[in-house]
Amino acid sequence: MRSVDRARILLAPVLLGLLALAAWQAAVVVLELRPFVVPSPTAIAGELVEHADLIATASLATARNAFVGLVVGVLVAVAGAALSSGARLIDEASAPLVTAAAVVPIVALAPVLYTMFGAGAQTARVIVAAIVAFVPVYVNTLRGLRTVAPVHRDLLHVYAATRRQAVVAVTLPGALPFFFTGLRVASSLAVISALVAEYFGGPVDGLGKAITSAVSSSSYALAWAYVVGSVLTGLVFYCATSALERGVLGRRP
Amino acid sequence: MSTTHPPTGPGASAAPAVEARGVSRTFDSRSGEVVALTGVDLTVRAGEFVALIGPSGCGKSTLLRLIADLDQPTAGELTVFGRTPRAARQNQDYGIAFQQAGLLPWRTVRANVELPLELHGTGRAARGARARELLDLVGLAEFAEHHPHQLSGGMQQRVAIARALAESPSLLLMDEPFGALDEMTREHMQTELLRLRAETGAAVVFVTHSIPEAVYLSDRVVVMSARPGRVREIVSVALGDAADRSEDLREDVAFFDRVRAVRESLHGTGNGTGNGTGAGTGTSTGAATGAGRGADAR
Ligand SMILES: Nc1ncnc2c1ncn2[C@@H]1O[C@H](COP(=O)(O)OP(=O)(O)OP(=O)(O)O)[C@@H](O)[C@H]1O
Ligand SMILES: [Mg+2]
Repeated sequence: MRSVDRARILLAPVLLGLLALAAWQAAVVVLELRPFVVPSPTAIAGELVEHADLIATASLATARNAFVGLVVGVLVAVAGAALSSGARLIDEASAPLVTAAAVVPIVALAPVLYTMFGAGAQTARVIVAAIVAFVPVYVNTLRGLRTVAPVHRDLLHVYAATRRQAVVAVTLPGALPFFFTGLRVASSLAVISALVAEYFGGPVDGLGKAITSAVSSSSYALAWAYVVGSVLTGLVFYCATSALERGVLGRRP
Repeated sequence: MSTTHPPTGPGASAAPAVEARGVSRTFDSRSGEVVALTGVDLTVRAGEFVALIGPSGCGKSTLLRLIADLDQPTAGELTVFGRTPRAARQNQDYGIAFQQAGLLPWRTVRANVELPLELHGTGRAARGARARELLDLVGLAEFAEHHPHQLSGGMQQRVAIARALAESPSLLLMDEPFGALDEMTREHMQTELLRLRAETGAAVVFVTHSIPEAVYLSDRVVVMSARPGRVREIVSVALGDAADRSEDLREDVAFFDRVRAVRESLHGTGNGTGNGTGAGTGTSTGAATGAGRGADAR
């Protein structure tokens, strides 16, 4: 019964996907669409196989920037949220900065950062990814640290728990789900922003660069193959953070 | 205005579990002052079971929070086993069960029960042993490794009670712990609580909205009235020791007699059926005078 259900849950989207691909292929063939409008799935698949090594290299370059940026952004965000939840002054002083980071499109800073750190370095891309990843993690973690149920606060008071005990027993575990919500958003954003930052300059590796250069040399199917590569990279980040979340939170409701 | 029975019996020589003298609590709110409690005199002897009953907003929870040092009175004196509530709290003289179970959702049932022991430095082995003992006591031994969300409301409440009992407090504070339970579970939990209390000999202050529950469980029922919150009357139940009370008691004439006494006292406030003395309706002053009379009559 259960395995049948699971099979159906897996099978249905796969079938739908195959159907869509077939329709796409048919449309390209029947309507004789030109490759720059949209190449056929088989053409894209062909490029994927033929240039698998190039696509993997580009994906790794972007993934590395996104990953380093994500780690830096998350570390700073968690430390910042801890400070802000502990000291009101820090919270109030940093609020405008955080708001600015949340509303300014950070990738717009990329050209400026390239001139600051030199066009040959990955630094600018890492910084963009870090700032973009910082915001959701900081905001969610801080909210989590502030969200202590009144009944739990009363409980800790009743048990004459020290501040440190209260943080370890209630505040931190209570904030964890909030942190992971932020992390899940941040991991996707880090990949997107590291990739988009490549459009604005810097070294010639990475998916963003590869897509633009493929398009400019009229290799449309190859460009699409790189897009598939970026989708896969994003998926890897998303699945990794989800797995981490499930591993840490375990069987919580 | 209110009446207390003088302490009697063997426990009288020890410091009472709770002693309130003229305790008041006023809240300042935007729409003016709210007198949650005024002039409360109440003595709970060691080992005694006292129920607090009264209309919503009469200050039952407030009184419990004052005893637990979760809030401070604006006037009057309050001691717990002869100490200030603060000292009693730091000394872990009491255990408390709130209306919501208030379990930590990320901890297993066992780890929830162990929480107070853990905070007070009990070793891992001793904690585990005590938690097993307590979960046995509340009949949840096989759920030790479950998480709270896998338990029914009644089971969660029992975990909370086990947690409150973890350090064998000589005073147990309970704020409508059975409020969310169905009637069957509720009666079962009441019998369980009587058994627990007989085994531990702890004093209990128990807030409830149910008259039969108050009568079934208590040695004395404190009837409170609202606006301002005060003790209107204290009804002695005297239906025997907790250990001797059984389900049969619910059918007993003496039980119904006490239930009626508490009901009549409660209805003196003005939301009564009109068959009262007449003095009961109207202002709080009138009600208080009526209450004094009612208490004398008992
Ligand atoms: N923190 C607070 N701030 C302001 N007013 C409060 C506060 N806590 C309680 N009150 C007021 O004090 C009064 C008594 O409240 P309390 O919660 O003690 O009532 P209660 O008898 O427990 O009622 P219920 O049976 O509904 O639980 C109410 O009028 C309430 O509005
Ligand atoms: Mg209440």
